[in-house]
Amino acid sequence: MYRKVIFPVDLSHIDQLDKALKIATDLAHHFKAELCFVGVTGTAPSALAHTPAEYTQRLEKFAQDHGGTSGLNTSAKACVSSDPAIDTDKTLLQAIRDLGGDLVVMQTHAPSAVDYIWAGHGDTIAAHSEASVFLVR
Amino acid sequence: MSDTNENESAEPETDALPEPEGASDIIDTEYEIGQDNVTPKIGPFGLDIHNPVFAISGIVVVAFVIITLAFQDVVGPALGDLRGFLTSSFDWFLIMAGNIFVLVCLGILVSPLGKVRIGGADATPDYGYAGWFAMLFAAGMGIGLMFFGVLEPAYYFATPWGDQPLMNEIGIVDGELADPAAIEAARLSAMAGTIYHWGLHPWAIYAVVALSLALFAYNKGLPLTVRSIFYPIFGERIWGWPGHVIDILAVFATLFGLATSLGLGAQQASAGIGFVFGIEGAGESVTFAVVLIAIITALALISVLRGLEGGVKRLSELNLILAMVLLAFVVLVGPTAVLFGQFFGNVGAYFSEMLALSNPVGRDDDGFRQGWTAFYWAWWISWSPFVGMFIARVSRGRTVREFITCVLLIPTIVSAIWMTAMGGTAIDQMINQVTESAVYGFVVADYVPELSLFGMLSELPFAAITSMIGIILVIVFFVTSSDSGSLVIDTITAGGKINAPVSQRVFWVIFEGLIAATLLIGGGLVALQAASVSTGLPFALVLLLACYALIKGLMSEPR
Repeated sequence: MYRKVIFPVDLSHIDQLDKALKIATDLAHHFKAELCFVGVTGTAPSALAHTPAEYTQRLEKFAQDHGGTSGLNTSAKACVSSDPAIDTDKTLLQAIRDLGGDLVVMQTHAPSAVDYIWAGHGDTIAAHSEASVFLVR
Repeated sequence: MSDTNENESAEPETDALPEPEGASDIIDTEYEIGQDNVTPKIGPFGLDIHNPVFAISGIVVVAFVIITLAFQDVVGPALGDLRGFLTSSFDWFLIMAGNIFVLVCLGILVSPLGKVRIGGADATPDYGYAGWFAMLFAAGMGIGLMFFGVLEPAYYFATPWGDQPLMNEIGIVDGELADPAAIEAARLSAMAGTIYHWGLHPWAIYAVVALSLALFAYNKGLPLTVRSIFYPIFGERIWGWPGHVIDILAVFATLFGLATSLGLGAQQASAGIGFVFGIEGAGESVTFAVVLIAIITALALISVLRGLEGGVKRLSELNLILAMVLLAFVVLVGPTAVLFGQFFGNVGAYFSEMLALSNPVGRDDDGFRQGWTAFYWAWWISWSPFVGMFIARVSRGRTVREFITCVLLIPTIVSAIWMTAMGGTAIDQMINQVTESAVYGFVVADYVPELSLFGMLSELPFAAITSMIGIILVIVFFVTSSDSGSLVIDTITAGGKINAPVSQRVFWVIFEGLIAATLLIGGGLVALQAASVSTGLPFALVLLLACYALIKGLMSEPR
């Protein structure tokens, strides 16, 4: 049913992704789908990577490692944004379209009062993506 | 640090880190971006801020506002005197520093260092030429060109106060037109002096800061914050107090520069609106100006929430188009042939007078040199962390040569065109109508500088429409400044992180609007603007060090 599962990933919060990652892995196994990790990085250096190229390398390694342990066909797509604090959602939506993802699994924070003002990334993706979206609290 | 202990044997060290995009020389530091950050939660809003830069900057700014409001009679004159003292005692230093910045930029432009690409040898530009240029122009001097485009040339042409450039001739003496030779000499001298203040020198100041920031962030992998420039000088100590002080000073200069300009600008804009629509007392009305600050802040808030691409960039492009429309209108409706004839003459005068104008010692034009040039230099330098940081942010992927051409040479030409059109038309009106001209009224007879542009436009056809465009331009330039300034302050106070929570930017936009409104109501705008301009002097010293760091940094890059 689904051929490509997109898993948006924030490499700086990788320790909090266990549950969502397990669900994405199980779903990809179930549908024999490819699991594609998508990350958005800024152009300026960050704690994670000095450069977009280093970020790409890290994301690719993460995808490769996960492919090794899960036996899934994995891939990675690093997107560069000059203003990631604002443009992350837009960049992710574009990447999901470009990559032809048909199922998105993503971790999202517990809703709070702030969501009335700024929707979480997951909320925006679910609201605007043409793909099916599975949000994991 | 990599460029001292590795030369030929550079390869092993870069193994751990892939090169940005193509070859570059990453600095290997133990410092991790954001390691000094704290992430407190205020209600439901999470923050990600540098400790102690955020807290100290915030406290210093609030303390300054409170002290100025409480002790206005003492603080106001004291800060004004401080600025006067700095610009009159250290004018030679500021003028000399300005010359060094120009020479450094031109030297880099023609040297092989110009081949270095920001972001690594294979990096591609984040923005196209039009958007890039619009943004750097809007951030760099958009608002200033609106305010001074008519004022400055007209002022030098007819100043009765003896502060014309190089004590040259003036065109109107005691309300009477001088003889034709003197008029032409006065006109050329006025244009040369003005273009000098808006040409190579200010842009070189911005270029040095912007290029250094871009190089140390995009090529060397250091955090995008002012302290990173000084890594070649201070080494790892830059992550401690020397760096904190530099960043705090940058935030202070940016925030006060923006807030006081916003406050004063709102007064000017309300005077303009009052003049155009014939509203009595609009210029003096505090309420009117506070409402304008609220509108500008609200627009900046929307722009901030739309991000760089959807906010600042769009608005800057809009403004560039509007400014070109206004320029084209003035050129076509004004004395077209005269202006075309004058342009090359003005640029020629700029270059032929450059040596005399930029000579730091042995001059007797104190009013011009100290009151205008040194003030401008201090002003540009105090704005340079803000403008430089913003330009750096949007310049990844350009080569150094392209960068200096577009940040130094092209803006200088554009400034010269703008000044020729606005100032040339104003001077032409003064020559034809002498004391009857509106410009003479606002610039010489009663000094009402904020109305000088509108005075010039009022004598051309469709004055209501063009004045309206002028007001929109002023307001939108303020919105883009407020937006890009908040972006910069947020990045510095977040320790160089560009993905800190958006609520922080919102905080800075509102904070800046509040300071402007508070100072407008309580008084002290001029005093605190003097304080922010006064940071120009210590920063000039800091920027000279930056020149050294920049050249050293560029030399270690692969070309």
